[in-house]
Amino acid sequence: MTLDFILLSCLLLAAIWTVMTIRLIRSIVGLAITSMILSVIMYRLDSPLAAVFELSVCAGLISVVFIITVSFTERVSKEQLPVRRKERFARFWFLPFILVAAALLLSQYLNIPKIELPLPVYGQNVRNVLWNLRHLDLFGQVIVLLAGAFGVAVLFKESKK
Amino acid sequence: MSPDFAQLFEYFLIFIVLLFITGLYCVLVSLSLIRILIGIEILIKASTLLIILAGYICGRTALAQSIVITLIVIEIVFMVVAGGVVLWAFRHTKTIDPRKLSDLKG
Repeated sequence: MTLDFILLSCLLLAAIWTVMTIRLIRSIVGLAITSMILSVIMYRLDSPLAAVFELSVCAGLISVVFIITVSFTERVSKEQLPVRRKERFARFWFLPFILVAAALLLSQYLNIPKIELPLPVYGQNVRNVLWNLRHLDLFGQVIVLLAGAFGVAVLFKESKK
Repeated sequence: MSPDFAQLFEYFLIFIVLLFITGLYCVLVSLSLIRILIGIEILIKASTLLIILAGYICGRTALAQSIVITLIVIEIVFMVVAGGVVLWAFRHTKTIDPRKLSDLKG
């Protein structure tokens, strides 16, 4: 439980740093760190395959996609940086207070009712579930991937001059 | 739900709600399309953790993992297409500030 608390605190702190830092590259690094901590928590919650997916895709591939996107946009100049920093501080200084207030309220008043859960199904294989129970999901995933590839092809199509 | 699992659920749920608030605040307050995408990523991470936690508490981790894998596939496609849209917007307007994207056709 203590390790869980430390990991969850680190996850939240990494997310806050991601949101509040001024440089976009630092935000992306923060997002990758958030994904890494989340994958450790997922591993501890008995979901190793999803943790590996989270680590490889979210911490790796999505960070690369973000870095490519940022590298094509304009860099903030050194003159603009103090102004941007002041603007960001004015917009984001509420966030820690909102989070502390929400945490206090939730820890005081959150009361989950003791409901009867269905019997646990241990020992099921992810592969069996994915291919036998949720095979429609796989079909959906293929369609989504094709739609994504089509969308990127349309967006990056060079116009005829 | 046994008392241990109820306590675990409450404990994780507080952090999930805080993570969700962080992502939502980023989406609402940011003035950059890339930062809005980062906020959406944090929201997705909160939902991923909630699904995995629900699977763990119910003892259906295999089902939760298969749903999370589907979610991650959709997430990456969404991020790639959204990144393309951001670049397209930057190429045409030379800004990624959503307030300045007001002269779209349609």
